[in-house]
Amino acid sequence: MSEGRINIAFHVNGAPVSLAVPPVRRLSALLRDELRLTGTKVGCDAGDCGACTVLLDGEPVCACLTPAALVNGAAVTTVEGLANGALSALQASFLARGAAQCGICTPGLLVAGTALLEKEPHPSEAQVQDALGGVLCRCTGYRKIVAAVMDAADYGSNAGGIDRHLPASGHAVGARIARLDGVPKINGTEAFGGDSFPADALAVLVVRSPHHHPRFAFGDLDAWAQAKSGVVGIFTAADIPGKNCFGVIAPFADQPALAEGVARFRGEAIAIVAAERDAVAGLDLSDFPVEWTELPAMLQPAEAQADGASLIHANRPGNLLTKGFVERGDPEAALAGAAVTAAQVIETSYVEHAYIEPEAGYATWDGDTLTVVACTQAPYMDRDDTAKVLGLAPDKVRIMPTATGGGFGSKLDVSLQPLIGLVAMKTGRPAALTYTRSESMMSTTKRHPAVMRSSIGADAQGRIAGMVFEGDFNTGAYASWGPTVANRVPVHASGPYRTPNYRAEGRAIHTNGPISGAFRGFGVPQATIMQETLYDELADRLGIDRLAFRLANCLRDGDETVTGQRLEGVGIAACLEALEPHWHRALAEAEAFNAANADRKRGVGVASCWYGCGNTSLPNPSTIKIGISAAGEVVLHQGAVDIGQGSNTVISQIAADALGLPLAAIRLKGADTAITPDAGKTSASRQTFVTGKAAEKAGKALRDKILRFANVSGEAQLALEAGALVIREGEATRRIDLSKLTADADGLAFVAQESYDPPTLPLDEKGQGKPYAVYGYGAQVAELEVDMKLGTVKLIKITAAHDVGKAINPLLAEGQIEGGIAQGIGLALMEEYIPGRTENLHDYLIPTIGDVPPIETILVEVADPEGPFGAKGLGEHVLIPTAPAILNAIRHATGALVKKVPATPSRVLAAIREAWS
Amino acid sequence: MTRYAKPTILSEALALLGERPWRLLAGGTDFYPALGNRPLKEDVLDINGLAELRGIADSGDHWVIGARTTWTDIARHQFPAAFDALRQAAREVGSPQIQNVATVAGNLCNASPAADGVPALLTLDAEVELRSATETRRLPLSAFILGNRRTALGIGEMVTAIRVPKSSAAGCSAFVKLGARRYLVISIGMAAARIIVETGVVREAAVAVGACSAVARRLAGVEAALRGMPVPALRDAVLAAPMDELSPIDDVRGSAAYRIEAAREIVARAVVAAAALDEGRRAA
Repeated sequence: MSEGRINIAFHVNGAPVSLAVPPVRRLSALLRDELRLTGTKVGCDAGDCGACTVLLDGEPVCACLTPAALVNGAAVTTVEGLANGALSALQASFLARGAAQCGICTPGLLVAGTALLEKEPHPSEAQVQDALGGVLCRCTGYRKIVAAVMDAADYGSNAGGIDRHLPASGHAVGARIARLDGVPKINGTEAFGGDSFPADALAVLVVRSPHHHPRFAFGDLDAWAQAKSGVVGIFTAADIPGKNCFGVIAPFADQPALAEGVARFRGEAIAIVAAERDAVAGLDLSDFPVEWTELPAMLQPAEAQADGASLIHANRPGNLLTKGFVERGDPEAALAGAAVTAAQVIETSYVEHAYIEPEAGYATWDGDTLTVVACTQAPYMDRDDTAKVLGLAPDKVRIMPTATGGGFGSKLDVSLQPLIGLVAMKTGRPAALTYTRSESMMSTTKRHPAVMRSSIGADAQGRIAGMVFEGDFNTGAYASWGPTVANRVPVHASGPYRTPNYRAEGRAIHTNGPISGAFRGFGVPQATIMQETLYDELADRLGIDRLAFRLANCLRDGDETVTGQRLEGVGIAACLEALEPHWHRALAEAEAFNAANADRKRGVGVASCWYGCGNTSLPNPSTIKIGISAAGEVVLHQGAVDIGQGSNTVISQIAADALGLPLAAIRLKGADTAITPDAGKTSASRQTFVTGKAAEKAGKALRDKILRFANVSGEAQLALEAGALVIREGEATRRIDLSKLTADADGLAFVAQESYDPPTLPLDEKGQGKPYAVYGYGAQVAELEVDMKLGTVKLIKITAAHDVGKAINPLLAEGQIEGGIAQGIGLALMEEYIPGRTENLHDYLIPTIGDVPPIETILVEVADPEGPFGAKGLGEHVLIPTAPAILNAIRHATGALVKKVPATPSRVLAAIREAWS
Repeated sequence: MTRYAKPTILSEALALLGERPWRLLAGGTDFYPALGNRPLKEDVLDINGLAELRGIADSGDHWVIGARTTWTDIARHQFPAAFDALRQAAREVGSPQIQNVATVAGNLCNASPAADGVPALLTLDAEVELRSATETRRLPLSAFILGNRRTALGIGEMVTAIRVPKSSAAGCSAFVKLGARRYLVISIGMAAARIIVETGVVREAAVAVGACSAVARRLAGVEAALRGMPVPALRDAVLAAPMDELSPIDDVRGSAAYRIEAAREIVARAVVAAAALDEGRRAA
């Protein structure tokens, strides 16, 4: 009857298992750590995310809430048991429909879906939603998941895996194919950050500040360590061998890996404890010897900017990190002379990325080189920052990215890499760490909360005359990507509209709040709420249809932006025109509904986006290496980390067509910094454009080498046939036996490497210049229903038209759009991170499968002169129009503009009361 | 090292409870989130071996819901229509994964103000059966949950059953949950109403609201206003009735002012839905 261990016997995926375990051990830990069934994922350890869903005697349960003792005598089914070596119908359906992106939630969804299909082989949409409502997905927007479960029966029992229907040579670009790296994501074999820890790794625990701004002093660390069994070492800032200061933008780097004497935000790491893994379950950090002295904390930018406010960083007066500025024409005169003006203040909240995979990884040290195996969006940036903190040369740090279970911007910054690296170097042992959900939420970056003020004026014909905008963005305790937000916002705050007179300033203000960093859109989603809601007010006051008003003002080829950049390949008008029939249909339906209903009102809203792809006026190169191996494979060193968005597939499609060999011949080498050149960070909607362009160049260069070798013209056709490279031109055929050629150290007989850096120009003191080489465009229509008595909002449909230049893979492009819309829904309606209050996934709400309405995607292809095959970026654009379209639809339905997001029922009802009082 | 016990008969469990304090483990859906990633410091009494505590029985004058009965068990059971609100609430407790293991008694013992199961049980005049090695006592549910995370559970006691008098299992009922998203959401507020309609007039009404006070409350003023009222007048009656029992707070899910207003609306909807069901049933 003691807590020690009990013997349990049960079946896992049909196989009998018996072992001795602590009886209240979580089943999730038992499966993952003891049985190495790492297909079952842990996202929250609290039943809030459903990633750990398994079947217990056929019924779905959260493995993280199931005591080991409960499974004695039971049958457990995990994702690994859904098919026998092949794929189940549901798994095949998931793959074919693009229902898995990053793949971290996929096992839980598949298991819950399998339980449903056992009872109901042809479920309705409502049945699917009810059955899968307990599994959160942050990437897909759920629509492809719903479709995949409803249609699973179409895939029958699929004994031999699915036919991938890979396109023929020269037809990869534009092909609607399932992701090339998809199978491991649906059969449970994908290794994410926490899935491959060495058995002898030390566990690392992080001691974090419980206060927003405390001074701290350590007690007797050695005595504490000696009193605790299994503790191998405690490390603090004093142990850091390099420069205890990192940051994604070198001139602004300001963040210690471990705080020194003062913590600047709640959740900041101050010490790490390394312990034997079997001792961790019993290790209590609550008596860790540290004394905290709370100091006054400033959580709001207004406090931090007040006269006499103390400085969070001594070198940043006024707690101003930096500001961005763009000015053109004479905005004051334009507003004074405008026929109508609209002005407003809009406020947004901290938004958490809430990827379902918390940060996880391990590090090893061989006495010379540190290897970090962890999830990430930016391996080379991780390498450089980790090396700096640990006092190593960059080439003595090797970053081996695992599969990454969502990132959305937050996994651009280092998190655990220097910490596990420090333990590995100090102890010589592998060191492993998986953040808890609350640790992930407390300590990693957020979307900037913004307070924005703007006025926009138009002439009597409805042409925009001028605009002024200023925004304070709460950048939290450290710089992270705050400068990027401050600079991007003024460039984009006009929206994709002709604005001849303009001034915009974006300020990044330090507080003791969570660090605000990169989150899908870098401040542009917030600024677009400001601009697009003012556009609705202007259109209404002018009596002009809101969509027509936007069409009349949108940028067209040859127009200049607010930075004076002349644009070509501008697709915003095409997007708005594509929405017109949907817009008029939706307006008519809403009008009919509203005539018949008093307590519920329907509304329709529209909003646009534009977004420059890549760094703002800064170098931003990608390098791609591609070769032909002696074995007759096309080896693509693809360094653009695929965090679910699809770069493994899209870059391969581009490379295949540029080279002129079939996609099926491509074998991917991942973004390991020891073997693959730097393709830059997965950020700023740059991978399809920048890395895609590098892949196009590298593919062409490799093709040229082969053609020169074979002494044929550019018209020749390439093929790989049984270890030989076959080149055909007209009647002539040349056959190159690859095994007879001298291969290089990588085993490549032919190889090419090319880089691409987008041509941009710096912004001058008035923000004039060419900040981006390529922009993407889009617009969305939101239809919804507001409960006028409760303030609840029910989304009916989103119609999304996005100009992607060229859809390299329409299936994946749709997936990006649907997923971005889901995050936009969260921003608009429910997501509000409050430090100390919402540090879990039941107080912090993200959309569930029941919160994303049908989405109709219209892919618009206005070729970009610069992008590969005409392609433009897409990943961030898709989130930008959603929240303003929703706010505009709420206003259309109710007459009330909600001025602070999220528009919770409480805020919507208050806005309605205010508007009608 | 902490102790762990998994008795298979109730008397054994009660004997252990009489010896020392234990943390009870049933479905685990509150146990593990409360534990978080800290080491286990309490002795654990795992009651999942007590088969006699799971299931729903008819004792003649009561419906008896065993303490280990899960929310899925409730949702799937063929109860009289008066239990519809409870069955609807069962579908809103967390997710299906939670409902498959989380127990009715656990929802009560956790004593969250936002416990979805409580309003419907209050409208059924449920009582809680508490047993120790030496005593069995029954408390009205309203006397069992004392406050936020506070119950009347005494030393050495455990909840063994929830009992619903058949006299209260009459009429039809409805449940309305208000949350900021569709699934897996802690309620901003929720309402349950059980109504008995005779010849177009309300004979009996039981109405309760959760998440708008430290403990879910029956609304005596509303119930009094409804009795004797013709069905078409119920909505207005709710909107005019006193709701002095409610004392909501401002929190991340909604303001106190919003909760007061929204509570009235969801009560009205639950009452109208329940009355319509009961009237329809009698007409049919």
